[in-house]
Amino acid sequence: MNIITELAKWAIPFILFFVPVYAYFRKVPVYETFVEGAENGFKTAVKIIPFLVGMLVSIRVFVDSGALEILTDILRPFFLVVGLDPDILTIIPLAIMRPLSGSGALGVATQLIHQFGPDSFIGRLASTLQGSTDTTFFVLAVYFGSVGIKKYRYALKVGLLADVVGLLVSIWIVTKVFG
Amino acid sequence: MVNLIWLIMLAFGILISTVRGNVSQVTESALKAAELGVEVAIELIGVMSLWLGIMHIAEKAGLVQSLAKLFGPIIKKLFPSLKPDSKAFGPIIMNLCANMLGLGNAATPFGLKAMQELQKENPNPDVASPAMITFLALNTSCITIIPATIIGVRMKAGSVNPTEIIGTTIFATACAMTTAVCADYIFRKRDRL
Repeated sequence: MNIITELAKWAIPFILFFVPVYAYFRKVPVYETFVEGAENGFKTAVKIIPFLVGMLVSIRVFVDSGALEILTDILRPFFLVVGLDPDILTIIPLAIMRPLSGSGALGVATQLIHQFGPDSFIGRLASTLQGSTDTTFFVLAVYFGSVGIKKYRYALKVGLLADVVGLLVSIWIVTKVFG
Repeated sequence: MVNLIWLIMLAFGILISTVRGNVSQVTESALKAAELGVEVAIELIGVMSLWLGIMHIAEKAGLVQSLAKLFGPIIKKLFPSLKPDSKAFGPIIMNLCANMLGLGNAATPFGLKAMQELQKENPNPDVASPAMITFLALNTSCITIIPATIIGVRMKAGSVNPTEIIGTTIFATACAMTTAVCADYIFRKRDRL
């Protein structure tokens, strides 16, 4: 087994072991302290429900309508102009989906990986892209919503700019390394 | 901008479904998504309680403070508007660490906690503070060392080498994160309230 997958497997058990044991030796009443902290879990989770529902409804209606394919068709000429391999175009739906919905993007990526094979160029590109950008739009809506922020100012611009760079760099590096 | 994007996705989706003669799809999608929103939140209650509990122990034991001290020099440069002893540093660092390790469901509780701490220091509770924007820029573009989920997907799909994309992922996220930090810095200078 690879070191990295082992590390991923051990991370949570290690934290759950190390933190309470260390704290116990520092004379922290571990169980009571845990309960005290956990109390806020419910409040915060419930508070983000309106933002989750609002975002998920809009995103789901958009995606299920087939709008993603239309958007892909609109964007196709731009990608061709930049001189990208037509193969790479199959990645566009994933690139659009990534900032919107985590589970949606994972679905698209999984489908691409199975369709083209995990060790194909598209499979590797989809994997890299899935691992390297985040659901920016969704995260902003939920995080800001949870504390009542209404004006995001330049937050969305910064996040989406990073996503675009992440996409372009992913294409470049995967071509370079595996191309 | 969020209002506009939200409206465009919703209205555009409904229009396309209508044009394609598939109006009933809209109803189904909307209701399903609404249900999903609550499901996600309910699931989050448990994970959220678990990690907030562990974090509270870590705080009392002085572990969060040690972590903050370790990353302090870098993180304080990134958040010049926060006081050096700000309570937000702990959860911010824990969130970024969880993100790097690909522990998505541990990252969210720390992230929401960080937002609460940042909001306490925000003079204008309706408007995002520069520190919040910097935090979200880092959070959404954070370097991923272990993209655990996608490695799992690749394994199931029968990849010869499921972890071979780790290098490219680290490189791509490093570039995205650098971009986020620079863009945040530039926009912050331009957009003073």
